[in-house]
Amino acid sequence: MKKDIIEIRWHGRGGQGAITAAKIVANAAFVSGYKGVVMAPTFGTERRGAPVFTSLKISKEKIYDLSPITTPDMVVVLDHTLLDEVNVVAGLKEKGLVVLNAPRSAAEYRFDGMTVAVSDVTKHAVQAGLPPGIVNSGIIGAFSKASGLVDIDVLVKAIEEEFIGKKPEKNAKAARIAYENTEIAEREGR
Amino acid sequence: MTTRKFCDKISRSTPGPGDGGNTGSWRVLRPVIDLAACIPAKKNKKACFHCWLYCPDSVVSKTIPPVINYDYCKGCGICAEECPAGAITMVDESTHPVEEK
Amino acid sequence: MHIIESGNVAAATGVRLSRAQVIAAYPITPQTPLTEKLSEFVESGQLDAEYIPVESEHSAMAVCIAASTAGTRAFTATSANGLLYMVEQLHWAVGARLPIVMCVANRGIGAPWTVWNDQQDTISQRDVGWIQIYANDHQQIIDSVIKAFRLAQTVSIPVMVCYDGYLLSHTYMPFDQPEQSQVDSFLPAFAPEHFLDPENPGNFNTVTLPDVRPDGVGVIAPGYIEIRHNLQEDLRAALDTFVEIDKDFEKEFGRGGNPLIEEYRCDGADFVAVCIGSLSYQLRDVIDIMRDKDVKIGVMGVQMYRPFPDKAIVAALKSKKCVIVFEKALSYGNQGALYADIKAALYSSDKKPLVHNYILGLGGREIRTQQLLDALTESCTSPDTFEDTPRWLGLKL
Repeated sequence: MKKDIIEIRWHGRGGQGAITAAKIVANAAFVSGYKGVVMAPTFGTERRGAPVFTSLKISKEKIYDLSPITTPDMVVVLDHTLLDEVNVVAGLKEKGLVVLNAPRSAAEYRFDGMTVAVSDVTKHAVQAGLPPGIVNSGIIGAFSKASGLVDIDVLVKAIEEEFIGKKPEKNAKAARIAYENTEIAEREGR
Repeated sequence: MTTRKFCDKISRSTPGPGDGGNTGSWRVLRPVIDLAACIPAKKNKKACFHCWLYCPDSVVSKTIPPVINYDYCKGCGICAEECPAGAITMVDESTHPVEEK
Repeated sequence: MHIIESGNVAAATGVRLSRAQVIAAYPITPQTPLTEKLSEFVESGQLDAEYIPVESEHSAMAVCIAASTAGTRAFTATSANGLLYMVEQLHWAVGARLPIVMCVANRGIGAPWTVWNDQQDTISQRDVGWIQIYANDHQQIIDSVIKAFRLAQTVSIPVMVCYDGYLLSHTYMPFDQPEQSQVDSFLPAFAPEHFLDPENPGNFNTVTLPDVRPDGVGVIAPGYIEIRHNLQEDLRAALDTFVEIDKDFEKEFGRGGNPLIEEYRCDGADFVAVCIGSLSYQLRDVIDIMRDKDVKIGVMGVQMYRPFPDKAIVAALKSKKCVIVFEKALSYGNQGALYADIKAALYSSDKKPLVHNYILGLGGREIRTQQLLDALTESCTSPDTFEDTPRWLGLKL
């Protein structure tokens, strides 16, 4: 309900690393001066491949409200195949932002009134030298470009810290490639 | 800081001889130590003492050789069970007990 | 040093910094990541402790009882049905006056089956005699764990540190992780007067007869009722002791000051919302909204629930017009647990506010800020119209 909280909902499948992606952004936001950061994973029973979502709230002040996000400002989708199963834009505020990992151009994904940013993160991750299917680092690059909320250099540093021992340079590279290859389609019909 | 002494009353008792009365009279079987097999007795040095450690009534002394206080030994048989050398035998109390050396 | 981690990791880190020596725990949602983190700490050598895998929560507490009796600092953690599985041992640990610390990630109890948050698990065990501290956020989790070890060994009473399952256990938030040297300075090593020692054999928690009787050297030993009376007296004294420990904590770490209750905007308030746990922080946003509309309202979190800080609560509430108690648990067949405790505390007070009760969030039912705002608005607008019985929020059928 507080106006200065930015609410971001991350959609993925169990095992894709939506939680890690949100955690990296949370860490980067915190060092960028957002004192209030709350990241909440899907609560409850889960399994690999099932749709999950993670919520991330960011504010300059400490956040006290842990209730679930109902009207996000932004939505990040790690896997475009979710679009058929889940209404990823449920509750998305007017003039909201959708960041999507998808192979086609932004114009082909329409969410009325919303800005859509698309990056083929799956492809860029492979370009960076990662095994196919690792999308949670690349999506951060797309998110950074589309939202402008957190600087890409700060995010890359957070990625490298999170992925110590797990190909940090390649994950960082995937984020940078996605950052450079994010297409943003301004909202329509407004 | 306050100087209250917390936990002033606890349930703890140190073994006192005769605390439970003449429990030796409860015995139906009595443990007898074969000093030829008992490890500390044989080696004449501090060793093993499982009988002392495991006795629930603390009636076995940690000495060379270990000595059982038959005034209070209830004959539970744990020392015989735990002795790694098999040096302790449970003998029927009603038969004439073998005198210890 | 600030880190962003989950509530479970905050708890595990508190245990590591407190140099727990024996850990025996059985995994149960939503506590599991706490035990996993602790076993990682032990495996990597960051925590020099024995981690003893057990086959049940009853055994977990049994191992803690044995370890604590042997003179080591023992810890376990659980939730809901796991807590209930060890209840017999909870009574044992407290009667044996052992300074065990346990974290409970609050979760609803079956039946029906749930893995989501409410507080019935620990609230239903408020009569056992364990000290109960509730954390409102991750900082309070790690701080309370450290304070709990110090409190437990000072008063010889086990302490449970409780925090909302999922809402705190699994969310990630920034908090300050204290330095090991600071914790060592605040928390002395555990050196009990009496402990299991083969060189000094003794019986702990022997059978007591209905009447007192002399021990082996002729001294009259305390019987059951004397020992239990001493427990109750020490529990009541523990309130002041905890306030002192919290002051020491504040000196060392720069945080604290609200050991028994934590108030927000209660100065000059006519109305005060009261609850336990993370909900007290969620209510702050509602308080701000209502204050902006000139409603004189504040919120109070109860931080220590047992022993019950009745004096502090009465002092804070007696001059208010109306107190609205929100709770995620109740004493079935009667009323809200905290509601009844607060009314009883106010009974002999010369001034008494009206007291309202809301039951909400059971089995993890979502608590929306708008619902809280609507409920509080109604309470503040028509305080005299409430019956002496809980209202339920969030029912859908």
